[in-house]
Amino acid sequence: MTTEAGPQELVGRGNNEGAAMFRDWFTDLGRVAETGGQCAYVFVMGSTNEILKTFDLPVVFPEINSLQTAVRRVAHEYLEEAEDYGYSPDICGYVKADVAVQLRKGDHPMGRIPGPTITVLTNACNTYIKWAEIWERMYGTPTFTIDVPGTRQAGKLTWRGDRDFEADRHYVEVQLRELIDLCEEVTGRKFDIDRFREVLGYANTMSRCWNRVLELNCARPSLFNAVTDGTIFLGVANGFRGTEEGARYFERLVEEMEHKAEHGIGQTTEEKYRLLFVGVPCYPIFRKFNELFSDWDATFVNSTYLWFASGGTNRGFEYDLDDPLASLAEGMLVSVRDAMDSMFHQSDVLQEMITDFSADGVIYHPIKSCRTVSTGLADGRRHLTEMTGIPSLFIESDMMDRRVISEAQMKNRIDAFFEGLESRRRQELAGATK
Amino acid sequence: MNPMTAPVFHEWRDKPLDEALLECRDMVESPDFDTVGRWREAGGMVAGHFQVVFPEEIVHAAGMLPFKVRGAPVEPNLADSHFGSYLCSILKTSLELALRGQVRLDMFVSHPICDAARNLAAIWGRNFDYPCQILYLPQNPNSSGSLDYLQHEYDRMRRIVEEVAGTEITDDDLRNSIKVFNENRRLLRELYEIKRDTPWLIAAEDAYAMLALAGMIPREEHNELLTTLLPEIRQRTTRPEDRIRIVFEGGFCEQPPFDLIRMLGRTSYVVDDDFLIGFRWITDDVPTEGDPLRNLAEAYIERSSYSPVQHDLRKPKEKMLISRINEARAEAAILAAAKMCEPGLEEQVAYTHALDDENIAYFVSEFEENMSSFSQLELQLETFVEHLLFA
Repeated sequence: MTTEAGPQELVGRGNNEGAAMFRDWFTDLGRVAETGGQCAYVFVMGSTNEILKTFDLPVVFPEINSLQTAVRRVAHEYLEEAEDYGYSPDICGYVKADVAVQLRKGDHPMGRIPGPTITVLTNACNTYIKWAEIWERMYGTPTFTIDVPGTRQAGKLTWRGDRDFEADRHYVEVQLRELIDLCEEVTGRKFDIDRFREVLGYANTMSRCWNRVLELNCARPSLFNAVTDGTIFLGVANGFRGTEEGARYFERLVEEMEHKAEHGIGQTTEEKYRLLFVGVPCYPIFRKFNELFSDWDATFVNSTYLWFASGGTNRGFEYDLDDPLASLAEGMLVSVRDAMDSMFHQSDVLQEMITDFSADGVIYHPIKSCRTVSTGLADGRRHLTEMTGIPSLFIESDMMDRRVISEAQMKNRIDAFFEGLESRRRQELAGATK
Repeated sequence: MNPMTAPVFHEWRDKPLDEALLECRDMVESPDFDTVGRWREAGGMVAGHFQVVFPEEIVHAAGMLPFKVRGAPVEPNLADSHFGSYLCSILKTSLELALRGQVRLDMFVSHPICDAARNLAAIWGRNFDYPCQILYLPQNPNSSGSLDYLQHEYDRMRRIVEEVAGTEITDDDLRNSIKVFNENRRLLRELYEIKRDTPWLIAAEDAYAMLALAGMIPREEHNELLTTLLPEIRQRTTRPEDRIRIVFEGGFCEQPPFDLIRMLGRTSYVVDDDFLIGFRWITDDVPTEGDPLRNLAEAYIERSSYSPVQHDLRKPKEKMLISRINEARAEAAILAAAKMCEPGLEEQVAYTHALDDENIAYFVSEFEENMSSFSQLELQLETFVEHLLFA
């Protein structure tokens, strides 16, 4: 935290720098596409950037490419093109938007996306596997699945030393070694253990800082919007994982957030209600969606999206640089498992978070496109309500497909939710003054 | 270990073949799963395992009944509020059976076959007190570490089952179970030989019923049923008809309604399919010598079929489908997918492109286990078949 900056330069710096880095990132990918250079296709839950960056492979996150088409309001063009090719309206919009990007030879609103030299995925989302099979068929380039076993039963986590954990960790490590062999083959470069340690060191800084940033948002007023600002931070956490730029960005982000916490600088919204967000953002109406809440002076203080879509790096796991590969295997296992738990077993963690973040309500946003995230949310909500009684709202829409988003209906339900919250608060106030 | 002194499915016994098959169909079509209830009433314990593949031998070795949780044609009145909208039916109806108490379990196991199903163990676990486990079958079977991993995962499952059953599962128990299941797989291969070589001898829905019973009665009973009925089927004198030979693809998880299978059988010979493919996942005998869990793990990885929910670089699905079509000497394929089934719908695209390249005719369709009207589908299918017959 060595940066000397005045308060004016500090506040909002993370958003500005993050957006600029992303523009540069897409420009760099365009350059790779133009020059026919190599790149790796990866996913946010278990990107293995730690290995790929050791080989200096540029990474492409098709999930991010797809959501960008929605944010830029052209997703429908891509979805329709993939549907014309044969993909059903009932499958993941991210996949379909990407299929159209590939059919258009990389043409994308942010620039040109290069085709894959290698694809690396985990099993954290089954659609990753089906998605990668599409590229296998299109390009015939190597695909490597890192199979990361998750939690077997709610509340039955295993840790280092437990025989079941060690079996899982060993399995992940074997696969990571095989991935390294494949990267050597694809790039024609030898694996450099010193470079690997350097990359892990940057990743450690990012995980530590990411954990700290999330924790700092317990402040009242909250420091950043977990849905809007948080998505920018998340982009850097994924795209720049294991890089010096990424580490530097997150150190500066912590500096900004600590400054805001120290000086009581919150979001631009008056913070009347503090909300937790569960699910994936509504990208086709990204800003508008947030306004439906901020109009009621509500802020999002945390979100399960920031956990699972960062591949569980929110846990802040730091690699042991003395035993880097075994430690990467352990870190991947613990972090990707945590990402999966954030989707399948999130209600226990939410209970703690309601207290830690002084939340007034929970917004569930299941989406048509993503069954990984959405399938268990109705049942999880029932469970959370039984355990805590916290008010919650359940609104279904999509992260890509505006055909299933009804803004008017959404607004009615959100308004009704806040009217309920206001009434509840008045009653509590009346009860307290009696 | 088996608590039963009487069989749980007795209705087919001592009856002429047609009546016996009618009893099989009735038992499979019924959403009451009477056989599971009878097993429990006799003091038996039940391990429910969701589609697609599960090492049933481990549960069998503990004296429990492995019950394949495959949904049912029921309205999910209780389960609906536990799920969101855009989901396949099988998830909802499977939970419905448990919430209604129609099927009572002592443990539940699922495998993360798809994004929806991988949520099921967590949902189930929030609603029932018994262990609700995920069995992580390897999604990287091409890794040199996958065999050791799966052997350990099966051992972990053995420990869980031991705890539930309150009994130790020895290696010899497992070997005995492997023998029973080897015999079952051999008999199912024979059933499919009949479908392939002499499809006029067995109706599509009868073959399906005989297969599906595997998931709801003890395997020893199922072996007895197949051993009795298969020779009788072979002795039939039914004459072949001029029908199209088709392969049905898309029944690996949610099952099409019985009437849809019946309708398929009216219009064509279904000479191969992937209905309940888990029962036929392992394609050869599992060795009974050596470490039984390692043998089971090796069979899963090395000697197994394919489905849209397993990724194996050695088994590109479209090539496997083309092999299935060729080996069955089929003239066309029905490429079906359950509504909202993402893996099935995604695979349809690859299948259609590959079959186009091979110039193999196909018919694309969606189904839901609860659908009850087939007139339009039947008309479309008849048109497709007529086109092939008279082209």
